[in-house]
Amino acid sequence: MSAYVKSILHIALKDLKVEVRSKEKLYSMMVFSILVMVIFNFAFDPGADYISEVAPGILWVALVFSATLGLNKTFSSEKDQDCLQGLMLAPLDRSGIYFGKTLSNFIFSLIISVMTLPFFAIFFNLNFIDSLPQLLLVIVMAIFGFISVGTLFAAISVGVKRGEMILPLLLFPIEVPVIIAAVKATGMILDGRMMVDYSMWLKILGLFDVIFLMVSFVAFDYLLEE
Amino acid sequence: MVLFVLAFYMAFLFAPTELTMGHVQRIFYFHVSFAWVSFIAFFVTFAASIVYLKTRKRFWDIVAASSVELGIAFCCIILTTGPIWARPVWGAYWTWDPRLVTTLILLFIYSAYLMLRGAIDEETKRAKFSAVLGIIGFLDVPIVYRSVDWWSRTIHPNVIKKGNIALHPDMLMSLRVALLAVTLFYFFILFRRIRLEELRDEVKELRKKILKEY
Repeated sequence: MSAYVKSILHIALKDLKVEVRSKEKLYSMMVFSILVMVIFNFAFDPGADYISEVAPGILWVALVFSATLGLNKTFSSEKDQDCLQGLMLAPLDRSGIYFGKTLSNFIFSLIISVMTLPFFAIFFNLNFIDSLPQLLLVIVMAIFGFISVGTLFAAISVGVKRGEMILPLLLFPIEVPVIIAAVKATGMILDGRMMVDYSMWLKILGLFDVIFLMVSFVAFDYLLEE
Repeated sequence: MVLFVLAFYMAFLFAPTELTMGHVQRIFYFHVSFAWVSFIAFFVTFAASIVYLKTRKRFWDIVAASSVELGIAFCCIILTTGPIWARPVWGAYWTWDPRLVTTLILLFIYSAYLMLRGAIDEETKRAKFSAVLGIIGFLDVPIVYRSVDWWSRTIHPNVIKKGNIALHPDMLMSLRVALLAVTLFYFFILFRRIRLEELRDEVKELRKKILKEY
């Protein structure tokens, strides 16, 4: 069992190492996420009162889009020089590849999310230092749900013509509950509400995370064959 | 087909006209039936996808894909008959009601399913990938419904609750006939569709054989 966990960590660590050396993913994801927020700002009057109501939605659009950008790369970068073949030949369970990839994608998106938050606070003139732990909890749960299905679909889209176009089409409808729950919970946290008020959204996120992590774990075996 | 005519007759002539909504309410019989059957269609896809991944028989892949096509067609019917009814009754074609949104999301999920199929040439790969999506998409539906339900409360008339049904007996009869007609219609088309795909396979095989001979 510990060998299994170790192999997962190895894969995730490999991805992180590649990223540290090439720095191709995080930069573009970060810039994109900030850009989305700036562009959205143009859609509304500067300093309007309703900005705090739309802010959570804008934050999540930015985070989800930049996460998709990263997901698109996760397997296509392995295609170079047949690295995917190598991964599949490695002496570990196929699901290990899935968990390793999920872990590394999760870490990337989490880094981006945490780095986006200060910009979010500045752009929308929000102060949420006090409720930061709750906000981080929502971010961790939502990003995890998004990434767990996203990694599976990335494995699908990499073997497909026009895969980069198909991935968002597959991913977004499935992720509707995650996005709604994340936006609603974030909105309530920024309003300074208590945990009881948005606990049902956390439950939805938790439910989604558990169900789709398990389904993806089973389904992944079928996707990377041949 | 005969049943369909009967269902039309029942819906448009037999069933009493609704008091407040008038004739436009008659769309209800088909709207509800198609909604019901589209869920059956997606369930069939879900079940066939699981069986496919277990047995790897091409037949189940065909069943899943055919059922999705029908489900999408029915979803489109729901999403057009619904607004026709909703415009005079609710005063708007579209509201962000949980059922509307869920149906729309369903439509998106399964359109992506067809797009995915269109993007893969290799047969077994296409079958595997779409089976996975067929399973995940169906599992997602209740969660989508839950979350949209909490996001905005429903204004859909809930005519059939546990045990008691708030419908005139004649209306109920018409609904049942429409439901039966649409369900049979679904299975009829489904089997035609499956047969068509099998014939296509056969043609492909024959063509291969002939090309080999020359």
